[in-house]
Amino acid sequence: MENIKIKIDNIDVEVAKGTTIYQAAKKVGIDIPVLCYLNLEHLNIESRPGGCRICVVEVEGRRNLAPSCSTECTPGMVINTHNLRVMNARKTVLELILSDHPKECLTCSSSGQCDLQTLSQKMGIREIHAVEHAEMSTYRKDFSPALKRDMDKCIMCRRCETICNEVQTVGALSAVNRGFMAVVAPAFEQDLVDSPCTFCGQCVAVCPTGALTPYDDTQKVLRALADPTKTVIVQTAPAVRAALGEEFGLEPGTLVTGKMVAALRSLGFDKVFDTDFAADLTIMEEGTELLGRISKFLKGDKDVKLPILTSCCPAWVNFFEEYYPCMLDIPSTARSPQQMFGSIAKNYYTQLMGVKREDLVVVSVMPCLAKKYECQREEFITDGNPDVDFSISTRELASLIKSCNMNFDKLPDEDFDNPLGESTGAGVIFGVTGGVIEAAVRTAYEIHTGKKLNKVDFTELRGLEGIRMATIDFDGTPIHIGIAHQLGNARKLLDGIRSGMYNFHAIEIMACPGGCIGGAGQPLHHGDSSIIKARSEAIYREDSQKKLRKSHENPYIIKLYEEFLGHPMSEKAHHLLHTHYFEKDKI
Amino acid sequence: MSNLKLQECHIKSIHDICDSYKNDPGDLIKILHSAQTHFGYLPESVQRVIAKRLKISVAKVYGVVTFYSFFTMTPKGRHAISVCMGTACYVRGAEKVVDEFKKQLNIKVGGVTEDGKFSLDSLRCVGACGLAPVVLIGEKVYGRVEPGQVKEILDSYTD
Repeated sequence: MENIKIKIDNIDVEVAKGTTIYQAAKKVGIDIPVLCYLNLEHLNIESRPGGCRICVVEVEGRRNLAPSCSTECTPGMVINTHNLRVMNARKTVLELILSDHPKECLTCSSSGQCDLQTLSQKMGIREIHAVEHAEMSTYRKDFSPALKRDMDKCIMCRRCETICNEVQTVGALSAVNRGFMAVVAPAFEQDLVDSPCTFCGQCVAVCPTGALTPYDDTQKVLRALADPTKTVIVQTAPAVRAALGEEFGLEPGTLVTGKMVAALRSLGFDKVFDTDFAADLTIMEEGTELLGRISKFLKGDKDVKLPILTSCCPAWVNFFEEYYPCMLDIPSTARSPQQMFGSIAKNYYTQLMGVKREDLVVVSVMPCLAKKYECQREEFITDGNPDVDFSISTRELASLIKSCNMNFDKLPDEDFDNPLGESTGAGVIFGVTGGVIEAAVRTAYEIHTGKKLNKVDFTELRGLEGIRMATIDFDGTPIHIGIAHQLGNARKLLDGIRSGMYNFHAIEIMACPGGCIGGAGQPLHHGDSSIIKARSEAIYREDSQKKLRKSHENPYIIKLYEEFLGHPMSEKAHHLLHTHYFEKDKI
Repeated sequence: MSNLKLQECHIKSIHDICDSYKNDPGDLIKILHSAQTHFGYLPESVQRVIAKRLKISVAKVYGVVTFYSFFTMTPKGRHAISVCMGTACYVRGAEKVVDEFKKQLNIKVGGVTEDGKFSLDSLRCVGACGLAPVVLIGEKVYGRVEPGQVKEILDSYTD
């Protein structure tokens, strides 16, 4: 590769051809501010629209200032990243952006997390000179069960548009209108619920301001906790424990399972349970379904639907309902762990405790925004009472803990309650891409072959590449597995299956980068994808530390089948743990 | 905004237009142009069919339609009046001409008369500044228009 020599702020730098000024500066520790630029290195996502002009620098011999994020270095370039001209230009740009931005930082839900706010602080903006008292553009607010759009706070960086269209290929958002009327919106400026939006929330995860934020049910949770007539239980998804600590200043990848349990108990939840338990249950159902389909296939049944697709990810479910309505019979009918937990809690645990369904409130803590939508789907509501009443995100739990004056770091490590809190390592790895299928393989292998696995780590299924493929030897029967994370990769995989390019027995799909660990409800990564890698390592660490690592060995799962469900895929299990899908085709 | 309930023949026309550009999303603007010529405007239903045919999101199509002022989602009159409000026309009294059209037709800029005969729009510079102020009706150009001529021009459209 050809190298180029340049000079940035009097520092000699040698970079590969095609490197941008921004990247070259970063290499020598110069952090040029950016707003619209987005780079998730570990995930191969880069967007540099060069629209906001915050990153301008002076290039000697060039008349205009250059946007460093989208200007490539040329040989001999001499760059100044912070002379007066540059600083003034940047300040003017920022003041102009702020002149059309609401000044509600004190009450904004993104306060403290907002890139625009951070930048204003960093650049020492103390007043906005640009046209005082001028009119600001306004736009109606849009509330969906998962996320809120407040376009008054939008700075048109269009990161959300990149994520929605290019990464997720959902195509719900686009920049529409022009000038002061310009706004990022669904087609015909419909509400998100009427658009093809899957509620994956990745637009929220990259929004630099408070324009796109989660729909927050924390207040309702607090009210339920304060109601003496209600028994309030909580379930926590596997990815939460690998990221919650970041909100309290701990290193990314710090596991805080015990402290999280202690905090939830201290918040007043009657029982602190684990979604990982339901993940083990999911494996029992989904794994049995997979084996059922495969053994039919091996016996020569030509009508059997293969590959089986995982169905744990609600954004993925929304995606295939919207874009692959002709393939609705392929995904596993198993509900997601969140919903399995809700169903078991409201139908089994209520019996166990002698509590009426309407007096039991099930709260979930999820790394995900689509879960907020999922728990409100009609199929999961009985007589107006949902299986899962409220779903709050990792970030929302963190702010709840903070508001209750807890010193998180000093909390003791506590254990989950039983029976719905016991889980195996297989349940834990549900939080990371490749984890669901690895968990399924651990169980399906042993059931299919009748042999014990010597090694439960299937490293060939792990990694952060967008699309992965592996073949697992089921004692002579090769099982072909496909894995994709991010919906754009899922689309590639599905189109490949449709065109006959791929031949898989089972496919796992998660909508978010890295799987649930990169979910939109997690602490914001602000473009640093090494955080996602650290969380992934934490999940596998928790798995390796577990005594039991195969779902079918979970004693409480065994007991649940003995006492209540009968066997996997029983009629009762079908009724309580499986679902069906609907064609959406709103496009 | 008004929508159009599409019939089979409408859908076929849209498909034909898209096909003539090899369903290339890169030709979206040209396709929208042709579709607007065909339908007179670009209602939601037409945009949805185009998006599906080109395999792009309808949000993107809508984004383009709303970005370019040439595209419209409101049906135009049989005779679409456009008054140039570019600098040259403006300083030579285009605003008074627009006001007169508004008064005569009893509609606002962007509106259509109840009988669907006329619609009124303003645009920016048609490149005939020497003839300022300029009015376009359909494809016919009227130059050096004075407010007093407006009624006469309108009356010349008898259908």
